[in-house]
Amino acid sequence: MALQSLDIKRRSATTTPPPGVRKTVELAKLIDISKCIGCKACQAACMEWNDLRDEVGTTTGVYDNPRDLNEKTWTLMRYAEVEPERGKLEWLIRKDGCMHCADPGCLKACPAPGAVIQYSNGIVDFHEENCIGCGYCVTGCPFNIPRLSREDSKVYKCTLCSDRVAAGLEPACVKTCPTGAILFGTKEDMLHHAAGRVTDLKSRGFAKAGIYDPQGVGGTHVLYVLQHADKPDLYCGLPSDPSIGPMVSLWKGAVKPLTSLAFGMIAAGAFFHYVIKGPNRVSEEIEKELEP
Amino acid sequence: MTNHWVDIKNADIVVVMGGNAAEAHPCGFKWVTEAKAHNNAKLIVVDPRFTRSAAVADYYAPIRSGSDIAFLGGVINYLLTHDKIQHEYVKKFTDATFLVSDGYRFENGLFSGYDKDKRSYDKTSWGYQKGADGFVLTDDTLQNPRCVFNLLKQHYARYTVDMVVRVTGTPKEQFLKVCEMIASTSVPDKTATFLYALGWTQHSTGTQMIRTTAMVQLLLGNIGMAGGGVNALRGHSNIQGLTDLGLLSNLLPGYLTLAGDKEQDFKAFLDKRASKPLRPGQMSFWQNYPAFHVSLMKSWYGDAATLDNDWCYEWLPKLDKLYDVLQVFEMMHQGQLNGYFAQGFNPLAAFPDKAKIGAALAKLKYLVVIDPLATETSEFWKNFGEFNDVDPAKIQTEVFRLPSGCFAEEDGSLVSSSRVLQWHYKGADAPAEARGDAEIIAGLFLKLREMYRKEGGAFPAPILNLNWPYMIPASPSPDELAREYNGKALADVTDPKDPAKVLAKTGEQLAGFAQLRNDGSTACGCWIFSGAWTQAGNLMARRDNSDPSGLGNTPNWAFAWPANRRIIYNRASCDSAGKPWDPKRKVISWDSKSQKWQGMDIPDMRPDAAPEQNVGPFIMNPEGVARLFGVDKLADGPFPEHYEPFETPLDTNPLHPGVVSNPAARVFKGDLAALGTSKDFPYIGTTYRLTEHFHFWTKHVNINAILQPEQFVEIDEELAGKKGIKSGDHVKVSSKRGHIKAVAVVTKRLKALDVDGRRVHTVGIPIHWGFKGVAKNGYIANTLTPFVGDANSQTPEFKSFLVTIEKV
Amino acid sequence: MQVTRRQFFKFCAGGLGGSSVAMLGFSAGEALAEVRSFKLTRTTEVRNTCPYCSVGCGLIMSSLGDRAKNAKSTIIHIEGDADHPVNRGTLCPKGAGLLDFIYSPNRLKYPEYRAPGSNEWTRISWDDAFSRIARLMKNDRDKNFVAKTADGLTVNRWLTTGFLAASAASNETGYLTNKMLRSLGMIALDNQARV
Repeated sequence: MALQSLDIKRRSATTTPPPGVRKTVELAKLIDISKCIGCKACQAACMEWNDLRDEVGTTTGVYDNPRDLNEKTWTLMRYAEVEPERGKLEWLIRKDGCMHCADPGCLKACPAPGAVIQYSNGIVDFHEENCIGCGYCVTGCPFNIPRLSREDSKVYKCTLCSDRVAAGLEPACVKTCPTGAILFGTKEDMLHHAAGRVTDLKSRGFAKAGIYDPQGVGGTHVLYVLQHADKPDLYCGLPSDPSIGPMVSLWKGAVKPLTSLAFGMIAAGAFFHYVIKGPNRVSEEIEKELEP
Repeated sequence: MTNHWVDIKNADIVVVMGGNAAEAHPCGFKWVTEAKAHNNAKLIVVDPRFTRSAAVADYYAPIRSGSDIAFLGGVINYLLTHDKIQHEYVKKFTDATFLVSDGYRFENGLFSGYDKDKRSYDKTSWGYQKGADGFVLTDDTLQNPRCVFNLLKQHYARYTVDMVVRVTGTPKEQFLKVCEMIASTSVPDKTATFLYALGWTQHSTGTQMIRTTAMVQLLLGNIGMAGGGVNALRGHSNIQGLTDLGLLSNLLPGYLTLAGDKEQDFKAFLDKRASKPLRPGQMSFWQNYPAFHVSLMKSWYGDAATLDNDWCYEWLPKLDKLYDVLQVFEMMHQGQLNGYFAQGFNPLAAFPDKAKIGAALAKLKYLVVIDPLATETSEFWKNFGEFNDVDPAKIQTEVFRLPSGCFAEEDGSLVSSSRVLQWHYKGADAPAEARGDAEIIAGLFLKLREMYRKEGGAFPAPILNLNWPYMIPASPSPDELAREYNGKALADVTDPKDPAKVLAKTGEQLAGFAQLRNDGSTACGCWIFSGAWTQAGNLMARRDNSDPSGLGNTPNWAFAWPANRRIIYNRASCDSAGKPWDPKRKVISWDSKSQKWQGMDIPDMRPDAAPEQNVGPFIMNPEGVARLFGVDKLADGPFPEHYEPFETPLDTNPLHPGVVSNPAARVFKGDLAALGTSKDFPYIGTTYRLTEHFHFWTKHVNINAILQPEQFVEIDEELAGKKGIKSGDHVKVSSKRGHIKAVAVVTKRLKALDVDGRRVHTVGIPIHWGFKGVAKNGYIANTLTPFVGDANSQTPEFKSFLVTIEKV
Repeated sequence: MQVTRRQFFKFCAGGLGGSSVAMLGFSAGEALAEVRSFKLTRTTEVRNTCPYCSVGCGLIMSSLGDRAKNAKSTIIHIEGDADHPVNRGTLCPKGAGLLDFIYSPNRLKYPEYRAPGSNEWTRISWDDAFSRIARLMKNDRDKNFVAKTADGLTVNRWLTTGFLAASAASNETGYLTNKMLRSLGMIALDNQARV
């Protein structure tokens, strides 16, 4: 019953359709950067709820800590000191993490059946017990989010607290956010709220305020309100027009029939390797390539 | 806070100055974002640094650390010269019309009565002119040159825009913009709230900075209003409560005070504190002082406190001077203290001039540390290399370290900044042998009392007679203690208007401080907390969060002192006729039908005092009104005046070069010698908290250590360029008192300012590191800070001192 | 079109997702997908207040064990109390990390003593600690208590031992501390209001 009760929309590397007669509401998390004070409460709550503790790192001259996402850090604040107008400093602080794309590049890229799941509510979840550690999801993600663990060769990322949501609660980061910069609800409500925020920001002098819900990935279930929606790059390199990588897209199109057999062979190899030898230890070479 | 956290949402203008609410109080700061979202409020941040509060501000203005009185004095001047004051409020609810003694003067940076040798003022000339009837003389026309309003105008006329810019370094345009935004709330239907914290208190002029703000708010008519007030955001979870309970050298619970040496006569002691009204018909609520004091003594000494022995007045210690922590550590440093206790407190890290504090602790015979965590103080004698380079063999102090439980392991109440007493419950046992704090205090006391009982000793009477009525003497329960500070009837308490009517029967819990008596028939451990645990039970544990007015007032959530009042001075939210200044934020109003004050909050007024009786809204003051002129209440003058920090980058005070720093501030001779000059230490050092950490605690907490792992200092790009420092480099920051090493964060969030013809840089120094914890070990930031304190609160000057910086 | 090794993997990945696994007869039924089980289903909830700053945020602490006699409560999670009128369920990074305060490796567990000149702690019993501290206090107080000043004023004070009271201690602790210390005539008493 697990599959049915979870209202699965899609599973990686699986052609048989999931049980799909139920329709649930489409959910979204809204991150209003204009309200964010960069306090990292979301990071703390994420670690606490998900029982994750990264290493105590070092200070490298910026506030960002840990320095980057990793298998134990599923969300983090990225700080940018910018002056869009000369002399007018803005400290733009973006909570980074999985965007829960409607058209998830990770899921499409994943060769391991059931390792990436998309629920009908929009959450894209990784099921590490099915992960073979190949790292394809990492390269398939237009936002550079999933991280391969050196400890167990599984890939981890934000689950949008699927365990809490399944139990009827909001995600941990949403609940904790002191200023209400993170909200959670139906995507429709979030977009409505975001539109109100954009109006308010425009009245406060941010003429280009807007909503970030990139259509290149079919829209996302994590939305941003940006003061400068015309320049997402200001926010520590938020992609202005993200899309699934050209190779993943290409595959979905014309080349598919031609290459099916070839990839089938590769997959078979990978799978039998997995069955016989256990989880892949990612070679250093691949690992280097997977580093952003 | 005069108001409360949720009330911030009612403001039109929120000023964050002398604090950094977004970082230090994020969950309270949400009510600022709510004010912006639902009240179209504007947030102004004035700070030397572009903080995380500034990151979400509508308007940010930089300011040189330590120059806030110059800034706010300039605001007062702006309001007066642009006629942006709320006239009726100022005339009716402040002392603007009061006439000041002819002897009062302010000349060349000094108020009348200064004694250079004693570094203090004779304040006799700082009073009002009084008539034959004992009441203060007033001039309702505001024409008399000696009326407070004209003296105020005269005092701040010197704070011209040019002078403000010269002293503060705030660009002119930005200063004027802030003035204009604040001034927009001088109309009755707009309010501004000021949120401050230790960014104001930690200066040698800290108290007066806050007073200047109170004066601004009075001129604007913003005190007592929903969305107004002067709001101190306390730094620790129960520092409000601990202060309310009188844990300061000169206080008793409920802001009652200890007597001085010369106050040998009990009646004179009470009379002095039970101040008589200074204007006709005023409440002067402190007239009830004797009832509060006698009830306290009945709580502490029970049957031993009698009318005949002045309710054990003699047993209370008398003060020859203040024993604030700077004084006490100065004495310790001179070898005059033998023993010291640090209960949940880490003085080695928290007090200025770490080298002096460490040397002082090493002169103790015994030190007792009671704490849930392994603090630096408890291991001040241990060598931690460069972070604490001491030789244990040379330190003869005996040290005891007693493990206490933490919040999760006890029942009890804390007082939030909103003055709300909230009850909490135990979730698990303390680890291993750790014990609750009350149990530890009781254990020590019982042992000591047993020794005095068996052996006698110095003045044993108060120890042997201390009222200790607890079911388990070695472990007084939180419930018992809470009932004790609430107070109970020792005999039937009757209604003074109708002696046949019994308000509280013998043995019953009292309903509030109105039931306290001065004849020994009531006991109450802290009069302002009375009402917290009544016959109805524990009101601190109430959990009704309904907000009937929609203004964020939840009167049945827990219990607020005094008397469950959520906005103090709320009588001032109505005009003289008892009508709200602004009907859409009505707190209370006079109901002519019932002939009572009524509303969403407990009226801060005698409930049946009809407006035409002209009872002033500031009922604690004998004036009945608020004081723009501080009379003799503060040590350093009736009007706030800008003085430079003791370590100033200017070497002068542009307002009066002859008097540079606060002439009445707390400073000891030896520490004056340890002050640096701008020649050797050209940059301003300022210490502060980061949002990822709490004081010196969370470096022991893994999650927070991960979020902000290692000590750093912040500098601007210009200074970094000059010194060849890049982000991530290791740097050494030095003051006259010592040095620290840390990672450099080079940032646009700090900018050099042009002050009095000089280019002034600020080095930002977060405080959170030390040599104990799970975060990376670091230096104690207070190695750098000077041992100098505010004239009134003796708070150390952590926010503005001099340093230099170099790459290592 | 130049295909790098990285792109090749991407390309492969796209393909694999589409069809290859089905070719292997890997059925969906084996790819079970369950969310992580909800960890608070039967925990005991207790309400508390954050011990850090003065906002006074309400907390809900969830602990293992249902308070049965044989179960020792262990707090496994803390989050904001949604009913609390001020924090409304939110917590800052300090509050959200409180669990690690409770389980800090630097929590003190036993009374300890450091002798003059020593470089180490030794464990002692509570009774030993109370007796020795009380003796030190009494010796100091008896020797240095000032009942009267030189000019005959009754002052009854003890200045040679001081006390700093905890800023996060409850009102009940604070009240008892003040009451006890004043009975000894202590004046050098302070709290963290200033720092």
